Order: sequence, then C-alpha cells, then structure tokens
Amino acid sequence: MSENMAPPPTTAVSNPPVEALAPNLGDGDIVLASATPNLPPPTRQLEKLAKLIDISKCIGCKACQSACIEWNDTHPEIGVNFGSYENPHDLSSEMFTLMRFNEYEDPETGNLDWLIRKDGCMHCEDPGCLKACPSPGAIVKYSNGIVDFIHDKCIGCGYCISGCPFDIPRMSPTKHVVAKCTLCSDRVSVGQGPACAKACPTQAIVFGTKDDMIAHAEERITDLNGRGYDHAALYDPPGVGGTHVMYVLPIGDKPELYSGLPADPKISDVVQGWKGPTKSVGMAAIGLAAVGAVLHSIFTKPNRVTEHDQVEAEEMVEDILGPVETAELATPQDEGKA
Amino acid sequence: MTNSWTDIRNTDLVIVMGGNAAEAHPCGFKWVTEAKAHRGARLIVVDPRFTRTAAVSDYYAPIRPGTDIAWLMGMIRWMIENDKVHWEYVRNFTNAAFIVKDGFGWSDGLFNGYDPETRSYDMSEWDYVIGADGFAQVDMTLQHPRCVWNLLKAHVDQYTPEMVERITGTPTDKFLHIAEMIGETAAPDKTMTSMYALGWTQHSKGSQNIRGMAMLQLILGNIGMAGGGMNALRGHSNIQGLTDMGLMSNLLPGYLNMPKESEVDYATYMSTRSFTPLRPGQTSYWQNYPKFMVSFMKAMWGDAAQPENDWAYHYLTKLDVPNYDILRMFELMNDGRVNLYFCQGFNPLLAFPDRGKITSALSKLKLLVTIDPLETETSRFWENHGEFNDVDTASIQTEVIQLPSTCFAEDDGSLTNSGRWLQWHWKASTPPGQAKLDTWVMAQIFLRVRELYRQEGGVFPDPILNLNWEYADEGDPTPDELAREINGRALTTVYDTTDPTKVVVEAGKQVLNFSQLRDDGSTMSGCWVYSGCWNEDGNNMARRDNADPSGMGVYPNWTWSWPLNRRTLYNRASCDMDGKPWDPSRMVIEWNGEKWVGNDVPDISPTAKPQDVGPFIMNAEGTSRLFSRAMMRDGPFPTHMEPFESPVPNVFNAEMRGNPVARVFEADVADLGTSEEFPYVGTSYRLTEHFHYWTKHNRVNSVLQPQFFVELSVQLAEEKGITNGGWVRIWNKRGSVKAKAVVTKRIKPLICDGKTVHVVGMPIHWGFTGNAKKGFGPNSLTVFIGDANIETPESKAFLVNIEPSEEPVA
Repeated sequence: MSENMAPPPTTAVSNPPVEALAPNLGDGDIVLASATPNLPPPTRQLEKLAKLIDISKCIGCKACQSACIEWNDTHPEIGVNFGSYENPHDLSSEMFTLMRFNEYEDPETGNLDWLIRKDGCMHCEDPGCLKACPSPGAIVKYSNGIVDFIHDKCIGCGYCISGCPFDIPRMSPTKHVVAKCTLCSDRVSVGQGPACAKACPTQAIVFGTKDDMIAHAEERITDLNGRGYDHAALYDPPGVGGTHVMYVLPIGDKPELYSGLPADPKISDVVQGWKGPTKSVGMAAIGLAAVGAVLHSIFTKPNRVTEHDQVEAEEMVEDILGPVETAELATPQDEGKA
Repeated sequence: MTNSWTDIRNTDLVIVMGGNAAEAHPCGFKWVTEAKAHRGARLIVVDPRFTRTAAVSDYYAPIRPGTDIAWLMGMIRWMIENDKVHWEYVRNFTNAAFIVKDGFGWSDGLFNGYDPETRSYDMSEWDYVIGADGFAQVDMTLQHPRCVWNLLKAHVDQYTPEMVERITGTPTDKFLHIAEMIGETAAPDKTMTSMYALGWTQHSKGSQNIRGMAMLQLILGNIGMAGGGMNALRGHSNIQGLTDMGLMSNLLPGYLNMPKESEVDYATYMSTRSFTPLRPGQTSYWQNYPKFMVSFMKAMWGDAAQPENDWAYHYLTKLDVPNYDILRMFELMNDGRVNLYFCQGFNPLLAFPDRGKITSALSKLKLLVTIDPLETETSRFWENHGEFNDVDTASIQTEVIQLPSTCFAEDDGSLTNSGRWLQWHWKASTPPGQAKLDTWVMAQIFLRVRELYRQEGGVFPDPILNLNWEYADEGDPTPDELAREINGRALTTVYDTTDPTKVVVEAGKQVLNFSQLRDDGSTMSGCWVYSGCWNEDGNNMARRDNADPSGMGVYPNWTWSWPLNRRTLYNRASCDMDGKPWDPSRMVIEWNGEKWVGNDVPDISPTAKPQDVGPFIMNAEGTSRLFSRAMMRDGPFPTHMEPFESPVPNVFNAEMRGNPVARVFEADVADLGTSEEFPYVGTSYRLTEHFHYWTKHNRVNSVLQPQFFVELSVQLAEEKGITNGGWVRIWNKRGSVKAKAVVTKRIKPLICDGKTVHVVGMPIHWGFTGNAKKGFGPNSLTVFIGDANIETPESKAFLVNIEPSEEPVA
C-alpha cells in the first residue's frame, strides 16, 4: 500500500484532491462477480455511493455527455439530425450517457413540459447484467455499489444487454465487447466524482454517499412540492434492490414520461431463476445457452453471439466445470435488430 | 450587468426575456438554480419558443418576436393601475418628478418632431423645464400634469392587457399571471432580476427593449438591490471587455466619445461634456471627464500630448457620420469604397446579416486579412462549396491573407465577464504551428507601418510616429505591460488638490484608481474605468480569494470588478432616504451616520449624506431616468414599433414600417419582403452545444449537435406537408437555405391582431468549415438594418417562407 493512495472511495467533495493518488478500489472490494459463485468475501465494506440526477435542475446542455466522451476517450460518430435534440441517437459503446428529450403536454392543464433525462447505467444494487453474464468476472460489483464491466473478460455474448431492465449496455460493433457507464470508477477510486457530475453547470448531477444523496433529494422534493409538483419523488426502484444512480423526478408518479423510464423495473424471472445465488454453478452452466435463447426471444435488443464467442464461452465453462455437451450450447437463432 | 453573476442567487424572482440563459449561459445559469433551490426563487420565461430555460421555469409565456416593448409597457401600466409601485424609490431615485417641456408628445405611433425625409426626430422639446436657478424643475408630489410620472402614465395607458395580446400574441391570462408574480417585487424587501441577451439587442429598437425593462425595474425599486438589476448576459467571454475598451466605432476606451468632425478642437469637444448637475448638490460624476480624457491622451501620445497642442486632440480621428459600424462598413465595401479589411476574431460571413451582400462586399476588396485561431468561413468566402457557398471563385480577385492567432488558453491576460469582473488567466499551452498572439501581430504591423511613415512621410504621420510605445520588447508587448498601462500611473508627482503639500502618488508609481487621475497631464491611463486593476498592490485581476464574508456571494477579493471593485452598481439605491437598507437581510451598503459602509464598495462618495445626494451619480439629475430626454434617437419613452419585416401592420400607425428613425440603406429596401410573399416569422438563436461558429472544429461539439436544423410548430408542419427530420427550404428575397426540420410542440402558432402567426426558429453555428455537417446560418435571410441607436442588426425578427425540400448538394 503506497502512502500516496486515495482514501477509500466515499464521496466527491467540493474540492477533490489535486495530487496524484493510487487507486483505492480493488479486488478486495468486489461483492459480486459474474459467473463466480465462490467469490472470496470482501476485505472491507465501503460506504454506499450514489449519483443523483435532479431533473428539475437539468437544462439538457449535454455537458455531461461531452465530459463523458472526453474522460472515457470515446469516439461517437458525427451523425445527422433526425428531428430531435437527441444526439447521438442512442446510447452506444462510444456514448455511455445520453440526454433524452420528451415534449409532454399535460392533458388536464394543456401546459407543456420539456422533460429532459440523462440516460445511462443505473448501477443497480441487484444488477441484472451481472446475473445474466456467463463470463466469470466480466461484470463486477463493488461494495460501494458501482457495477463495472471488465472488458478483457467480456466474451461479447450480449446476455448482459438482455439482462438489463433499463436497456443500457451496448455492444461495440468493432471490439465485440459490451460497454456502459462505469460511474467513473477510475475517478472515484482516486477521490474524484464522476466526470459528468464535475461538468454539470447547474449541479443537477451530484455525487456522494447514498444516504447523503437521499437526504439531498428529500430537500429537492420539498422544494418541488412547493412549486406545484405534488407527486415529485425520488426514483430508487426497489425492484432492482435500489440503484446507485437515482433521479429526482418532478412528475414522480409517471416515470415513463421521462423517455420511457420504467415505473417498476425488475430483473426478468428467467435471469433470476437462472443465476440466483442459490443455484449451483453446474446448473448455471448447463442452463446457460438455453436461457440465452429464451431471453433473446423475450427481449428484442441485439444479442449477437459469434461462433468464436461461443467456443470461448464453452472453453471458459469447461475450465471451471470440466467438459460439457456442446449440443446444449445452442446458438440463438434470431439475430436482434439494433 | 448592474450586478454580478453570483448575486443572482440573492433574488426572489428571475425573468428571462430577450435571452435564453440556460442555453447560452449554462454556467452562469447555475446562480438561477441556486436562487431557486436555496431562496425558493421563481423563474419566468417569456420567449417565442419554449426554450431550455423554459424547461426549468416556473412559468412560461410565448411572445411574438419583436414585440417586447408593447409587453413591457403593458406591464408598467398594470403596475401603476394596481399600485405595485415602490413609491419612495420612484419619487426620489427616478426622474418621475421632473417637469417636461410642453412640446413633447406622442400620437399615431410617433413622438413629436418627426421628419420622414430625414428619418429623424427634432428632439429639442424632449427635455426638462429649467428654472431660473439653472436647475430642472420638479414636483415631488407627482401632481404636475407635465411631470415625467404623469406623462409616463398617459404613454402606457394604451397598452391594456388586451392590446398586449393583440400585438404580442401573449394570451391575456398568462400575461396577467406574470404581472401578479412581478408585482410582488414592488415590496421594498423583494427583488426581481432581469436576465437578457441578444433576444433584446438584435432588433431595430433593441435599446428601447432594454429601456422598457429598466423602467419596470425602477418602478419596482429593483435597481441597486442585491438580487435585482438589469443583467445583460454578454455573448462572448470578453465582449464586456470589448465594450469597456471602446472597440466601437464611435467610442474611445472607458465610454469616452470619439470626437465628431464638428468638434474642431478640444475646447469645442469639451463644451458639450461639462455635465453640470441638473439638481442642487448632485454628484454628476462625468464632471471628471477631462481627467479621464487627458489621461487617455497621455497614454496614447505621451510627451507629444501637451496643453499647448490640445493634448494632441487633433491626432484623434473625427467621425463624419454617427458611427462606422459594421453594417456601414460592409455597405461601403459593397460600394467599392473599401480596399483593405482587417478581420480580427470575427466571422462576418456567418455573423452579419444578408450573407449574399457580405459575400459581394468581400469580393470587392483588394485585400482581406483575417486574424483567427481557427479556419473561418470569412477567410474562405471565395471557395466554392456547392450549395453551401455557391460562389464563382475565378471571378473573385480579393487577395486573402490568413494570420493564425492564439486561443485564450495559449496566453496570459484578462477576460471581463458579464458581471464586470476582470479575471486574469494564465497560459496553459503553447500555440501550435505559426500561431502568434494578437498583440504580437498588431505590434509587428504597427512597427512596419511606423517605419514606412518614417521613411516616406505622408499626409499626416504625427499620430503614428508619436504613438507612445514603451514596451521592453517593442515587437512583443506583454499582457502585464498592457494591463499596467490600462491602469495608469503618475507621470509626475501628483499632489492633493486641497492640500498641495500632500503627495497622492509619486511620479512613476501606478495610480491607485481613477480617483487619482488628473487633467493637467500629470497622469496617464489607457482606460479609466479599468483603473485600479493593476495598481501598486499588484495585479488585482489575479486575486483568487473565494472568501465570502457577507454570505451573499460578493467575493470582494476574487479578481477585480470595475469600477473600483464595486460589485453592484447604483448600490446606494438599496437604501431608503435615511440610508437604511430596504431589505436588511440583504444589506449591500448602509449609512452608519457618518459614512457608507457594508458589503460592497459604495457607488457614491463614502461621506455623501443620504438625504442630499442621489444614487445615480453618473447622471446629471442624480436620479435614474424613466424619461430619457434627447438621449435616444427613437424617443424618450419606448413605444411599440414593428420589426422591419412584420406579419402584421403597426396597430398605432399602419403606414409605419419598423423603427421610423433606424438607418436603412437604399440598396436594401428592394430586398425587404412583405407578409403576403413571406408569411412566417423567422428568428435566430444559439444552441448550448456550440460556441458561435467555432466549436464545429471540435469533434465532441459536432457529435452533440451535428447538423443545421430549423424548428417549427406541429401545425405549420401539417399545413406545409413537412415531416419531422425531413429536409426543408427556407427563403426570402435575400437568400435561401436548406435545413433539417425539427417539428416541435415547443413552438405554437400565435394569434396577433386576429391573424395566425407561425414562427420558424433557426440556430446559428453551421457553415462549410470544421467537423460538423456542412450547413447554413440564418444570416442568409436576416435584414441589413440595425438598431436606431447602436446599429446592432435586427437578426431576431424577419420574414421567410418554407417548403419541404431535398438534401443540398455539397
């Protein structure tokens, strides 16, 4: 342990450290790892973190998108206008966060609301992506709540995409790995907040301990109640065990208005049954491909598994469990559409 | 801004009208969210479109582009009718009580004295009655029928809520709801802040739009208050600095005037600048004009400026027209009367109206020099880019020289923000390639020109040969040297005017601030309002102490604010006649019985008794002005004027087109369209993803908003068969552009004078250089007419037609 190591990741303070620090988020902080039933217990419990996105303060300026591109050094394409302020047009392996715009007229008052929501990974307490992932250790969850993809372990099967109740992870068409928001785990591990929160000019995005963020949200909700938003609410959906990215929603009783934010997101029963904590590794491995196929017919998102990926997946499973019947690892038949 | 960005957090009510702060000033807008979150402040947005600012507002109302005066006069009428007036403030701190000459009047949309031949007013009756004592006559009871207050009441009387709706399209119920919200801030302990930008300036009557709101703010007692004020959100990081430093064709640094041709010598020039107080005991600070002027002349010409030669007054250029604004320059250029044009940090091919005319004018130059860190369309105006710049390159003989300059992060220096803070910045990066500092470029050109004058003489070489040029490396003046010169110093020892034995400042030392400047040639200062920025304490602009002892966001030791590090202008008006704060919980300054003390630098002599001296010390009245006398060409009160291209006639005078005294070049008249040919109202604006025309060179900005689009209502799209995301063509007599259509509920048809009015919104940004998709700008369509007082082009209201179209061919 270097002396110059960041304090355990907790919260972004207003003046984060300026000196170079060694990351303080390691294997000992992992509490969940995909396809890894015998994960050693974590060496410590970090404080739970959360990013809070206050929609009532968000002006849709896309500084968060810009900061995300810059920090993660991604290269989304310069696209075209499709009749909307949304650019790029969807999340991608090069665009981890996206401002979504919806023009909503209240049917009773006729008043217009321009509902702008920053979309991206919610960092579920109970992450469906991680549960669906067949590759050991490709998706991990730290005890502070961050769900991270470990790209060099990703086999590109896309099951995490199907497992996500928020439709967030995206496959890179060139690298054949799935990518999403990391909650800037690399920044957080050295005492900084996420790049998007840093860039947000109106502090619509704030970051800290989950308790602090909930308390902050309560203040905001009181303010919104005083402005006629009687149903303003914190979005921290229990169906996924709560999330480490939360929203303050002015129209809290209708989250779907915010470009389809699910009212009650849940991990699909198939994924739950398939990789629940009580299931044995053997069951998981055997059920793997079949469930993948079923999942695929349930979700319409891309789920391309190349032959190479499949062979690689088989090899990994074999490494752990010994030989399995190839026949059982059926290739999903219908290729999803983007 | 009268106040600072950080002060906005002290407000109770924000009105964003004539601007779109969340979109164009997202970082400054944080103070609005602060005020909302921590003070429970409300936000009102009035705009033709439901903007990003509207998305976080408490109340929104639509308005037809170019009708803000009617709206604001209607608001003033409502305040008077409903007794939402801060009476003590109005009576004492405005010119409401001043008696006006009998000849002043208004009828049929025009003030008295209009001459249609010269397109100007005889303004001699637009003034106060001066008594035998030499002072303006007042009636503090406000009963006199000719006092400003009663003239104002009569003037606004026609702007009933119904009339406001008829002209502006703002539904009466929404107008009245906003009136109730604004009216609450007439209470002495409530404030409203006005945040505006180019949505008010870019009209042929832009200055009057702003005056309208300033008058409303005065009637409510919101000027000089914490959380109040008139807050102009400037469009560049240093555009406030540009104005302060006098980069206007009719100004010298520090808002001194460029002489007119008729002002043949210094005495004549000064004769109209005596600024004698109009009321007993008033300060009338411009009485110090000679000190600032002589110190400026000494900064310019040093020893060559002496009392015997009128301080080298004859070296200054004299204006033979009111100003050589950019519109006039391009008009002259298009007439073949300009040979060489230096275009420094400016992209007129996209920024100035009637792009066809700009292209034609540039094509008539012999030499165009562009100085810019990035490739601009202007520097490539001769290059054919298909439909995007369809010029015949072979026929253009203009020689173009591009001089690469630096970006702000490649240089030390200061930027003056909207709140008048001079913020020093430090070089972070080395300029790439052959890029050079603008100061280096200008110095190198100057030295060569001076050498030519030395060798060859000329008609009048003196101003060039004698220009004061005292820099360690004369080919490369440093930002430090320039800043110290701007602050000013004593050339000979300066003594106290009342006690000649007392030394104020030793020869060679920096002056503390402009209070030490003299009109006897013993001091120099490049820009008096900036004096104090770099005195013997050092570079005050580089201060970075974020302590906030008042808890009100004053940050007195963070950088330096002109004038005198004062953060809120007219702050004496934050107190009553006894010097007690109207709102003790937001005390700016107060009178302690002997002097003014508090959280800011008082905007008045520290020992001036509150009962004696008025708060508006820059005015000869000592008060603010609800009636602006003969200071504005288009009237002492704002009156409703339609844009030059308008969908409806002026309700007060159907014959009147636009601003009756705005300058119109004859060649442009034929290009003005009517609503029969071009039924839709075009308006222009910026997007938050961009900075003007620059960021299309940046990949990230280009990703976030890649392609030129226009916004139109669902109803207009249906009418014209336009699909969302499809191509449209928009045109008028001046030009034609193609864009993607964004069909939106955020623009609604308005009913004005019984007619349905559709608005088509067009963002600026795209051209034919950079990473983003090639596109157009609204300036292909905008009118070549400016504001009647300061010639800011009318880019916010013009007429167009629209139809479905095909993708343009590059």
